[in-house]
Amino acid sequence: MRDVYVDNNATTRVAPEVKEAMLPFFEDLYGNPSSMHHFGAQVEKHLIYAREQVASLLNADSEEIVFTSCGTESDNAAIYGTLASYPEKRHIVTTKVEHNAVLHYCRHLQKNGYRVTELSVDRLGRINLDELQSSLSDDTAIVSIMYANNETGVVFPIEHIGQMVKSRGIVFHTDAVQAGGKIPLNLSALPVDCLSLSGHKLHAPKGVGVLYIRKGTRFSPLLIGGHQEHGRRAGTENVPYIVGIGKACELAHSHIEEERVRIRNLRDRLEIELLKRISKTRVNGDQENRLPNTLNISFESVEGESILLLLSKEGIGASSGSACTSGSLEPSHVLRAMGVPFNAIHGSVRFSLSRYNTEEDISYIIEKVPPVITRLREMSPFWSATS
Amino acid sequence: MWNYSEKLKDHFFNPRNVGIIEKPDGVGEVGSLACGDALKLMIKVNEGGRISDVKFQTFGCGSAIASASALTEMIKGKTLEEVEKITNQDIADYLDGMPQEKMHCSVMGREALEAAIANYRKVDVGKKEEGEIVCQCFGITDKEILRAIKENGLTTVEQVKNYTKAGGGCETCHPKIEALIALAQGEQKQEASIEVPSAKKKLTNIQKMKLVEETLAREIRPALKADGGDIDLIDMDGNRVFVALRGMCSACPSSGFTLEKYVEGKLRELVSEDIVVVEVKS
Repeated sequence: MRDVYVDNNATTRVAPEVKEAMLPFFEDLYGNPSSMHHFGAQVEKHLIYAREQVASLLNADSEEIVFTSCGTESDNAAIYGTLASYPEKRHIVTTKVEHNAVLHYCRHLQKNGYRVTELSVDRLGRINLDELQSSLSDDTAIVSIMYANNETGVVFPIEHIGQMVKSRGIVFHTDAVQAGGKIPLNLSALPVDCLSLSGHKLHAPKGVGVLYIRKGTRFSPLLIGGHQEHGRRAGTENVPYIVGIGKACELAHSHIEEERVRIRNLRDRLEIELLKRISKTRVNGDQENRLPNTLNISFESVEGESILLLLSKEGIGASSGSACTSGSLEPSHVLRAMGVPFNAIHGSVRFSLSRYNTEEDISYIIEKVPPVITRLREMSPFWSATS
Repeated sequence: MWNYSEKLKDHFFNPRNVGIIEKPDGVGEVGSLACGDALKLMIKVNEGGRISDVKFQTFGCGSAIASASALTEMIKGKTLEEVEKITNQDIADYLDGMPQEKMHCSVMGREALEAAIANYRKVDVGKKEEGEIVCQCFGITDKEILRAIKENGLTTVEQVKNYTKAGGGCETCHPKIEALIALAQGEQKQEASIEVPSAKKKLTNIQKMKLVEETLAREIRPALKADGGDIDLIDMDGNRVFVALRGMCSACPSSGFTLEKYVEGKLRELVSEDIVVVEVKS
């Protein structure tokens, strides 16, 4: 048996280079970057360098980079910071398939008097740009639409959306937590005001995130206190983790081409082989516009948690949109918004790859998945009835 | 990852009695594809009224498969009279317990068993207990919910969801479920009212504490949970009730208002007129 981790949209392993870069900050380099003495000064220069590393991945200016504690904080801060800057505007536009860090925050704001439009998606998980256009009004303070979906990997036309939103003078935020490090992001050309990243999705540790805020964008901080991050996020900088996400962004930058070619090929091979070897199987989401590492696939008439438990026994780590794996009893809100039939939602499995996956990993998954599905189908009262 | 017991995992990885009985004496089918779990139980009954063979097929999660497997082991060789007494809690106990969120799997086992016995006796109970559908998403009736509440002593919507799945989808039926909880508790209170003094009479300290706890669980906690919050009873001293707010409530700037107006109001209404609520930070 081997260990095959293919749940990288949930979290990634910390790159060894990232860990190495962080270690001195748990030892000699413990100063507070705000301090006047040399203990602080020698740390501050690493903070500046990390900011440049992140800015470089985004093709942005380092002044536009704010370090946060996680992707959720970045998302919350972007929305809160915009609404607080435009107190007269009471309308938010987002989508039904956002990560809960955006969706549940917007629903929370809705309870407090904001008007929220949740854009629908079609069967392939694509939004309708006409619906977006007609949802915008003079009362709209912010549009928050994810760059790429965490469950299906579907990539939204952010440039097109941004132009539409910006032409109305509305602030545009995109949650790029899944896109960061997987596809090129060029913020010098992209009409985006705020963008969120999360460290642990790109081989930095959990507990650090980034909020990009374009120069000239009105913003009110969520955390108020010290002057850190140019007054946009108070709190002593989490230096080791910031150094970590800086290094991780530098590595991601150098691996973008590998994502585009090698990882995409691995994913495509996995997809083709599973579809070929297992009947009544479908891919969820727009296969044309998708992250190179993500495969969301449904095996009809079997339940996701059972699949995951049996795969885990074989050493394979994946995830599912099934109700029973969600902690609530609710099946994936993303797949439901796409109108995926219940039979397919419950049997959905997401494989999300990283640069640490190999051809051997994929061969192993291709070998292990079909017997698991067969075993569960033979046990299922629906399978004998339908086949 | 769910915290499954070793025994539950064993029944999932090595399920007993999976398959089909060609000419079963009784068949029970419960659940549906939409629900995300379903169980078909087939039994053979011999002349002595004993279950001589049992097989099952299931579509569902780890605990659904394990519950079905456990049930078959529990009923094999037993008389119908014996197995009729099996409750969902018995199934959960057999598996050394199961996560609260998964208790509906054990309920499904008990329902399939009842359906199979009824089918054997040629009693036409239909697929559902009669009653009004409360949860449209999963097709759960008021009778089923009431039964789960009473059998398992459920006090919150969250628990009802865990045991019956009702309310796990669109959530619009939550007020109805709350009403059913209140109804069940009202009935229980009536049954018990012969010995227990009514709420407004002079209460002993233990009675008062119990009533405060009940009121928190039944009336207050579900309302706070709807907003992502929660409340814990920390202590009581005479008429002063010390509570701590959790989750969203603890960070909510209007929590002082929440406490004073809402919690105190409810406790005064349902427990005692002179209750004073004190929030403690912990």
